Amino acid sequence: MSFVLNEEETMLRDGAQQFLEEQAPVTALRALRDAGDTHGFSRDLWAAMAEMGWCGIMVGEDHGGVDMGCAAAGLILEQIGRNLTASPFLSTAVMGASAFNLAGTDSQKDAWLPKIAAGELVIALALDERARHDPSHVKAKAVKDGNGFRLSGAKKHVVNGAGADLLIVAARTEDDRINLFLVSPGAEGVTRTPRRTLDSHVPADINFDDVKLDGDALLGGAEDSEAAYRHLLDIGRAAQAAEALGVGQKAFDMTLDYIREREQFGVAIGTFQGLQHRAAHLYGELELARSLVRRALTVLDTQPAQAPLWCAAAKAKATAVSRLAASEGIQMFGGVGMTDEYDIGLYYKRAQAAGEFLGDDAFNAGEVARQSGY
Amino acid sequence: MPLDTFRKETRAWLEANCPASMRKPIASEADICWGGRNWTFASEDQKIWLERMVEKGWTVPAWPKEYGGAGLSKEEAFILKEEMKAINARSPLDSFGIWMLGPALLKYGTHEQKLEHLPPIARGEIRWCQGYSEPGAGSDLASLRAKGVLKGDHYTVTGQKVWTSYADQSDWIFALVRTEADAPKHLGISFLLIDMDQPGVTTKPIKLISGKSPFCETFFDDAIALVANRLGNAGQGWEIAKYLLSHERAGIVSEAAFGGMNPVSAAHQSGEVDEHGRLADPILRGDVARLTIDGLAFDATLRRIKEEGDHGEGVGARASMLKYIGTELNKRRHELNMSALGTDGLLWEGDKESDGDPARAWLRSRANSIEGGTSEVQLNIISKRVLNLPSA
Repeated sequence: MSFVLNEEETMLRDGAQQFLEEQAPVTALRALRDAGDTHGFSRDLWAAMAEMGWCGIMVGEDHGGVDMGCAAAGLILEQIGRNLTASPFLSTAVMGASAFNLAGTDSQKDAWLPKIAAGELVIALALDERARHDPSHVKAKAVKDGNGFRLSGAKKHVVNGAGADLLIVAARTEDDRINLFLVSPGAEGVTRTPRRTLDSHVPADINFDDVKLDGDALLGGAEDSEAAYRHLLDIGRAAQAAEALGVGQKAFDMTLDYIREREQFGVAIGTFQGLQHRAAHLYGELELARSLVRRALTVLDTQPAQAPLWCAAAKAKATAVSRLAASEGIQMFGGVGMTDEYDIGLYYKRAQAAGEFLGDDAFNAGEVARQSGY
Repeated sequence: MPLDTFRKETRAWLEANCPASMRKPIASEADICWGGRNWTFASEDQKIWLERMVEKGWTVPAWPKEYGGAGLSKEEAFILKEEMKAINARSPLDSFGIWMLGPALLKYGTHEQKLEHLPPIARGEIRWCQGYSEPGAGSDLASLRAKGVLKGDHYTVTGQKVWTSYADQSDWIFALVRTEADAPKHLGISFLLIDMDQPGVTTKPIKLISGKSPFCETFFDDAIALVANRLGNAGQGWEIAKYLLSHERAGIVSEAAFGGMNPVSAAHQSGEVDEHGRLADPILRGDVARLTIDGLAFDATLRRIKEEGDHGEGVGARASMLKYIGTELNKRRHELNMSALGTDGLLWEGDKESDGDPARAWLRSRANSIEGGTSEVQLNIISKRVLNLPSA
């Protein structure tokens, strides 16, 4: 296991940094927001990400991907966080592809993974049914019906739900076990209600009213479907933590630049010890979060049995630290930090939204306690 | 030697040579072997264990052989550490000579100085203490006033040091002394090695809130320090002290991250767990979980920064970040231990020798964010040297 990036990883990170700064900086998010984009992300950008090979980052080479793993995906996500890039990368390239890797049958993998790698598909995961994340609270039901199923349930806050081409839905089968199902958002009985959120993303609440599914809608390749579901959530947590780290780090970098320049009482406000100590503390917190994020992603690639503890710890820390970084940023920017003109407020909003996905710091601290046996 | 062969041989040697009683967790201060002229071994096994490790050069495994070490590579030294940990082997010898003076001597000492001072440290024959702080020079350490006057082949030293850990049990002291009266503040200080077995040096223990006296005041009254025992050039003391402080910080940090009581074991001890072994108080449980998260994060950060350091990025001023985080974390751990223990944690004296240990350890931990540079000093260093924030 390595904390230091190898040559391939360094190239990937530098490439991602350059690409996103050029193609999808904060101004791109503002443009989507101000245009009232109904999906909250750009298909053109998604196509460009596919050309970069990013869509296949978790897809095996035999299915047209580059198969670089979670640690590599995390490097891209950190840059996505830094630029507040709106894209289906996390829901599709990371979690969507992982759902097939973990729970798909061979024929399902053959059918879908090449499309993911080619960037032809936007996937959204319909998981949560409550306002606060609770992975055991799955009331959605898939009842056997001939060779297929009938799916009913109500999912909340499906990330990228407004623009997705394919939904992966967590539902309980008659044996009371949680399974994952492939559902077309256009199927009869599916109603989606887009919800524009504070970070200018467009998730959706989605109702499933006795939706008729074929037998191969069930992702049926996993030995233990619930273990696959839990592991998928761990991957999502580490990935979201990586994005949150980027959000927090960039908010911090912007804040440092600002307090070096901004003058009051005839001197740069960065000379004041009252701000210096808070900045230095925040630096340490970001370094802690960075180590946990990297560790969790590497553990996913190399020691998956240890993932539940590390992914929960990484998500908890990255959530708390990115929120703190953006919050401290607004405080140090002062009045202008409260304006829409300055970007720091956008970082605060994204930190909050990313923090909620798959459990905030409080939820994940509880997971850490459980995993630690107390 | 290939690393796996080294590991195999190390494992076999440790298995054959580490006495059974030296494979039990350290129960009290007396179980730590500090060595020195006046050292009384706590047991025959402690003595045997030290002698055997000294013979291998494994009290200071990475030091060169001619200075009492084993000349191990970084990887080999790490394997030795892992194998010792695997059988719970105690450290055969702990000392400020090993942690602090040794690295400074290796970097700044002449060959003669190394030959004179390093082997006795490696063998546990000479115990060292550190003379830095003074009553008027705490966080502003460079304002120190202990004075050294050059007289031929020696300095005569007068002045007072404070917070000298274990000075009353030490044989030699490495001290910062102002020898260049006319030089600027930071450039007038020399790093002197002073034999404490002379009439001009006296010590007096300071009783702390923990009831213990690990620290002393140390007085110099025309004490003699040979010029041959000045480390580096006259006036180079501040530079050496800064280098050495980073080692001290690393030492405090590794102590903070590992070992000792934790809030979960404390809650089991006080019976404050439910039938599933979960902390009975849900709010306390949340606080402990956040401590666990930060502990994992800190452990991962130590590894990351070590790896990055090995790749040539160096640790540098980030040692201040580790010191700040590690010591604050340790304080939090002890506070939560006390919460989990409830009134059981208030015991001060009792029938057993270990009675009162949690309270005393909690009180001791308060010093972590003061010694070796306060947390606020570390934050200053991070601001200026890591974040490059402007100075007033």
